[in-house]
Amino acid sequence: MTREERIVATFVELADTMVEPFDVIEFLHRLVERSMELMDCAEVGLLLANAAGSLQVMASSSERSEALELLQSRNEEGPCFECYRGSRLVFGEDLAAEADRWPTFAAAAVQNGIKSVHAIPMRVHGRTIGALNLFRAEPGRLAERDVPLGQGMADIAAVALIQERAMRETRGVVQQLQGALNSRVLIEQAKGVLAERGQVSVDAAFVSMRRYARAHNNQLSDVARDVIDGRLGAAALAELSPGAASRARP
Amino acid sequence: MSVVLRAMADAGSGGSSSMIDRVCAAAVELLSLSGAGLSLMVDGQLRGTAGVCEEGIAVVQELQLTLGEGPCVDAWRSMEPVLEADLADPARGRWPAFAHAGVQAGVRAVFAFPLQLGAVGLGVLALYRDRPAPLGDEELALGLVLAEVATQTILGLQAGAPAEQLHVLLADEPAHWAEIHQATGMVSAQLAVSLDEAFVRLRSHAFANDRALREVAGDIVARRLRLAAPA
Repeated sequence: MTREERIVATFVELADTMVEPFDVIEFLHRLVERSMELMDCAEVGLLLANAAGSLQVMASSSERSEALELLQSRNEEGPCFECYRGSRLVFGEDLAAEADRWPTFAAAAVQNGIKSVHAIPMRVHGRTIGALNLFRAEPGRLAERDVPLGQGMADIAAVALIQERAMRETRGVVQQLQGALNSRVLIEQAKGVLAERGQVSVDAAFVSMRRYARAHNNQLSDVARDVIDGRLGAAALAELSPGAASRARP
Repeated sequence: MSVVLRAMADAGSGGSSSMIDRVCAAAVELLSLSGAGLSLMVDGQLRGTAGVCEEGIAVVQELQLTLGEGPCVDAWRSMEPVLEADLADPARGRWPAFAHAGVQAGVRAVFAFPLQLGAVGLGVLALYRDRPAPLGDEELALGLVLAEVATQTILGLQAGAPAEQLHVLLADEPAHWAEIHQATGMVSAQLAVSLDEAFVRLRSHAFANDRALREVAGDIVARRLRLAAPA
């Protein structure tokens, strides 16, 4: 395959994995792997900002690059950290000469055989969410033809992550919707069960359930479930609030 | 899409109707219907009615709950639109009980579109006509768009709801809706059977006596009626 064909195949492969069920970790690992194959670099790592804004290592081509990424997120120092913070490309063309700029990172990198680094911001809709980092064993800039490709890989990672987040949020709303729909039915059914067992009106049954839930700091739907399953009887509910049934009658 | 949005805007200009009502109203307007209704479902069971347009439709929607059959149930199960251009056509016996009762209630054609998100079904948008007439290709496409708009509207509303609660605009049932479930609970305690079993008994009693489920439920909650224990 020519380089161009390999690039196209990679983008198709990555797009293929962006459907449900979407395994984000598997996706990022594959992206890191393919970046290694396609571009002139020794290691690749991907950092992502968490909700608190601190960077976390999401995928790494080896232990060596993972250690270098961790070092940067822990010390908040290094090209990847700078790239994320400033939302711009950051080059470290000769790390052996960058001890002033990144004291801990540069030393650790050189010790691990990394001579240069190229950090690309991952951006979506003007927001920077992380950085893709290409580590090289030789000093110097990334090959000219690899620069746009690196940005393309960072972009596709960003899009995938945002899409996954949206899917997750929607799934949460769906679950919440179904939970709420079920709870409402459950509460009405429990009213009926309790009204029958305690020989009170459904309104009175509801008042005692609500009172019990408040007194025990429980969700009303949990109390309803306990009533239905027989774990919570009419006596236990009435005991807590003697006269609740009669007061509830209009 | 723009046609749907314009119709929804028109439907809202008259008063303060909710987004959900507007989807139904837009459907009625665009597809020359006699009514439309949005049902919310979980695990194939009707869990609520979010919006109904035109009188009488609530009865037809409830019929499907009473009978446990009908286009909404099928659309939810198959995750595909269920199109019935003539309920009175004896050659099509998909839902004998529902078809008979539906026609009596003035419905001749029904088109049910699942509200789905990936593999999850949220409910069904049901469109009704009081005359037998199939949906044209363009109308079918509009129906699909309306179902998508309804799905997004429901999710948008629920995203803003307090935790563990249903958004108030999605909880739009008539008062007797609660009584059906209360009666289910009472029957379950009376006969010492599961809630599912109690609901089946409630439903069969209504069907066997040719009564609406809500009437039977009302009688049970008021303790005017007690179902016989199983033999």
